[in-house]
Amino acid sequence: MVFKNFKVEIDTDGIALVTLDIPGNSMNVLSEITAAELEEIVKQTSADTTVKGVVITSSKKALSAGADLAMLESMSRAYAQLYKEKGEVAANQRLFDQSRRFSLTLRAIETSGKPWIAAINGLALGGGFELTLCCHYRVAADNPMTRLGLPEIKVGLFPGAGGTQRVPRIVALQDAMQILLKGEAMDVARAKALRLIDAVVPPTELIKAAKDWIKGGGKAVMPWDEREFKPPGGSVFSKAGMMLFPTLNATYRRDTYDNHPAARAVMSCVYEGLQLPMDAALRVESRYFAQILRSKEAHAMIRSLFLSKRELNKGTRRPQNVPPTKVRKLALIGAGFVGSSIGFVSARAGIEVVLINRHQESADKAKAHAKAVFDELIKKGSAKESDRDEALARMIATVDYAMINDCDLIIESVFEDRKAKFETYAKAQPFLKEGAIFASNTSTLPINSLAEEFTDPTKFIGIHFFSPVEKMMLVEVVLGKNTGEVALATAFDYVRQLGKTPIVVNDSRGFFANRCVARFISEGKEMFLEGVRPAMIENCAKMAGMPVGPLSLSDETALDLRLTIMKATEADLGPHAIDQTDKELMTELVEKKGRLGRKNRKGFYDYPEKGKGKKSLWGGLADLQPKHLEPDMLDVEELKQRFLVVQAVEAARTVEDHVITDPREADVGSILGFGFAPFTGGALSYIDFMGTKEFVELCHKLAAKYGPRFAAPKLLEEMAKHGQTFYGRFGYKERALP
Amino acid sequence: MLFPPFLSRMRAGKRLGRALTPANEDLVSPLISPVLYVIAVIPENAMPEAYIYDHVRTPRGRGKTDGALHEVTALRLAAVPLEALKERNRLPENTIDDVVLGVVDPVGEAGGDIARFAALKSGLGEAVPGVQINRFCASGLDAVNFAAAQIMSGQHELVIGGGAESMSRVGIGASGGALAMDPSIAVPAFFIPQGVAADLIATKYGFSREDVDAYSVQSQQRATKAWDEGRFNNSVVPVKDINGLTILAKDEQMRPNTTMQSLAQLKPSFVELAQTGGFDAVAIQSHPEVERINYVHHAGNSSGIVDGAGAVLLGSKEAGAKYGLKARAKIRAFSNIGSEPAMMLTGPIDVTNKLFERSGMKKSDIDLFELNEAFASVVLRYIQAFEIDNDKINVNGGAIALGHPLGATGAMILGTVLDELERRNKATALVTLCIGGGMGTATIIERM
Repeated sequence: MVFKNFKVEIDTDGIALVTLDIPGNSMNVLSEITAAELEEIVKQTSADTTVKGVVITSSKKALSAGADLAMLESMSRAYAQLYKEKGEVAANQRLFDQSRRFSLTLRAIETSGKPWIAAINGLALGGGFELTLCCHYRVAADNPMTRLGLPEIKVGLFPGAGGTQRVPRIVALQDAMQILLKGEAMDVARAKALRLIDAVVPPTELIKAAKDWIKGGGKAVMPWDEREFKPPGGSVFSKAGMMLFPTLNATYRRDTYDNHPAARAVMSCVYEGLQLPMDAALRVESRYFAQILRSKEAHAMIRSLFLSKRELNKGTRRPQNVPPTKVRKLALIGAGFVGSSIGFVSARAGIEVVLINRHQESADKAKAHAKAVFDELIKKGSAKESDRDEALARMIATVDYAMINDCDLIIESVFEDRKAKFETYAKAQPFLKEGAIFASNTSTLPINSLAEEFTDPTKFIGIHFFSPVEKMMLVEVVLGKNTGEVALATAFDYVRQLGKTPIVVNDSRGFFANRCVARFISEGKEMFLEGVRPAMIENCAKMAGMPVGPLSLSDETALDLRLTIMKATEADLGPHAIDQTDKELMTELVEKKGRLGRKNRKGFYDYPEKGKGKKSLWGGLADLQPKHLEPDMLDVEELKQRFLVVQAVEAARTVEDHVITDPREADVGSILGFGFAPFTGGALSYIDFMGTKEFVELCHKLAAKYGPRFAAPKLLEEMAKHGQTFYGRFGYKERALP
Repeated sequence: MLFPPFLSRMRAGKRLGRALTPANEDLVSPLISPVLYVIAVIPENAMPEAYIYDHVRTPRGRGKTDGALHEVTALRLAAVPLEALKERNRLPENTIDDVVLGVVDPVGEAGGDIARFAALKSGLGEAVPGVQINRFCASGLDAVNFAAAQIMSGQHELVIGGGAESMSRVGIGASGGALAMDPSIAVPAFFIPQGVAADLIATKYGFSREDVDAYSVQSQQRATKAWDEGRFNNSVVPVKDINGLTILAKDEQMRPNTTMQSLAQLKPSFVELAQTGGFDAVAIQSHPEVERINYVHHAGNSSGIVDGAGAVLLGSKEAGAKYGLKARAKIRAFSNIGSEPAMMLTGPIDVTNKLFERSGMKKSDIDLFELNEAFASVVLRYIQAFEIDNDKINVNGGAIALGHPLGATGAMILGTVLDELERRNKATALVTLCIGGGMGTATIIERM
């Protein structure tokens, strides 16, 4: 028996050892070949009377990371083709048959009549974990690096090879739903405690332990294939089930706003499947799986959150002719709240950090902030004290600019004022070592205007972090017109050193992310002035898929700052450049009512002191609204749509302005940077999946009703006319589904 | 069991004329005997009226294991009002064409078709069939309406509509159902438990804890007064044991001493369920103008869980004449509707509007309103929506004081308000209930 992905050896006891070892890859990523070969192995070992049982394991570090998501792309291309040729039903039938093959193979293992044992040597995720679940016995090597779980849900899919059926037949329902709906991986100990693993043995004894179980007469029948089987915690319509399912449905909606079809499908698979015998249950799971494979949400999420993100991280936008760089030492000038957080994440990533402030006291404070963040992490168990001590030892707090003389990268994060920044540049430039790159973390000032004051603009670049830096995974790398390739490569590599995802954008006021976010916040304010109840504004934004409401976001970023920026913009560009009603509202809130936002615990919301309850919308807001609309007369769907459309239109404008040159960056950037409804695949995918023509029509409708901020830019009008999508027009993978 | 088909066929034969009145004459083929055809051509306005001849109910026993009616089987409970109607009206055996009974949890001893079993047990005669229906809390009223419909369509002459619920024995929710459980309906329909829905109504329409408590104190006071003045005496039949000894003669759940102060001691019942179960988030998503739910409902301002049964005797004019019955009222109009499912309990408003429109009647035509007191906010919202005078609605209290034996309540409160119309010498009443899943049923009755 010779296979490409497996090695099969039968020992003298008649035990077949099936070793997964996919060539050309350090990780076992399951492909169609793997699935077909496994199917054949099941057939052969089942037919071979000399085989008493089967042990499946891997010769790599990990067992398997699951299926190759790129495989789904080819599946959906085939689907699209068949759809065109033979219609929807035929295409759906093929997709159903094809997408359940692996599930049927796993079921064949389970019902082969011979004991199958999973010898879990390392990580097993997704389809790799499902492969272990159909085995009659699961023994794991005691390996602290092992991670087990079903992460499919994170990219808009769900475990479609029995995962939704076997997990809740092994694990109590609430834990099972956590595993299926959160997609978090667990370690061996946790899996053992949940009985997802039967035994844990030293790594060297793994195969022996597996074989011993067969020799000891291990049973080749799953509990759920025996009569009288009841899932742990009782059947669906038991008393316990009738208590639990309604709350599962409610918490699903609470957590997803019903924007996550794959999660809803998991709920249905479990509810329906637990009322069925296994074969029928798996068939139901496959039906939902095929439906989810056809969903635009799954396509959008796989494309942006998996494929595009991976490609961006790998460096598709990095200049290939510059050799890899590494920042060993970093200086942060103006280490305030954001600056010190940048220092923290850098030190944590192993970089030496010099924190420079005007006064020693504030420099020390920046370092103390890093310690406080670490302490918090230690309390939560996600960092060790030794991590903290090592990182803090890498940080120096000083007022001395001379300390930057051996730094590879200097990031300036001083007050957003040109004069203050120019003074910093003048002080720092004499100390720069040869080849050092200088970056500004400005969020509002165009990079070109700052680069003018820098002696060598080729070494000047924008590195724009998002707050809170510790959590936000996106960094905008902003190119000035003279920024050089080495500067770009250095910035890019530095962001990767931090484990964050860089997007490369061209200069413009607000770059990419803040331009879109500003539209989102403004739309909330528009609704406020229209007379929509503040709670409705906030809730509709969240229902649209945004992580927080626009009023809450305004509070976080500070209302006085917003007013200051408005006034500055007005001073720079004239009164037409800003919305005067918006300015009036901000003036009223900030100057007359003293409501500055979160920072003084008074903004659109009232913020109680820590530990004293939740924030609540300020009771005086209604008095600031010129009129009040009856909530029941409002179209909730339209309110939701406005929030997404207004941002997507702005994202399209950034493409037209050449700020964004690669739609993947807008998509990944919008999700990671400001939480744009992830199920849409991002701000441009939102347009692509709706259809450019439909989107432009929607723009026309909304522009007529609410104003020119919804007007589609020329680029979009043109794309709609030619039936183009962003990914099509800009040369990236087209959406495969009809 | 024996089902003597000949009996019903015989009686049906006597009433052929009505039985064949077609709604659409085209349906009557000319091949049918010309005699039948001639009979079939009846003027449009000759639709028979459905008259209410009598109604009774059991007292409502506390719906717990220490409640007086807990020892009484659901079957026995359902049979009590049927026996009473038979006796009080001296109905010969096998005179009832159908018994329609509402039961919300028709499982276990209340399962199968309890209406037929209760008809047999009560001695109405083996020719009397029964059908059990379920429209949740309005089942009892729907049973009356279905009974009326049989008469109004000319198919039957004498029908009993009613309901029975032994909540202490069968248990609320015992019959399960997909609405809360199946994600494919629970999620899109924004399912939330009724208590949370009631709190959502209070929040959305601005009823404070004081408002709902004050209404509930009034319900207790009104119910107490009604009992004290004997207003229920003519309709409540005691539940007796096999020796003729009384098990319960009076509603058991009432708390006449309820005050604002005593209610203030009670903690809201649905906070924890709503918050840990995620239902508050669902409620807010269904009505996003709400920032947070104001939890105001508790055991003292919600309907009590009780055991009980009730039945209404309806018939045509001819049947009344035949058996010497005196018509007390007629069914003027009735209707059903589906309403917003998340808020769930505002169906009475929608169905009242529909009924007004269909019947050509208006608020001022109604002398008394009887709306089931499922939760205080349900009644307060109804009063708010129609601007009803407080002294025209639920004037003898309601389920907050007396209890709500789910499937039976509709038939019970129809009887209660008919008694009150007679006591006040008024003409018209509208009876309505809110319903799980977001529905409303309403009936207008008019005294003779």
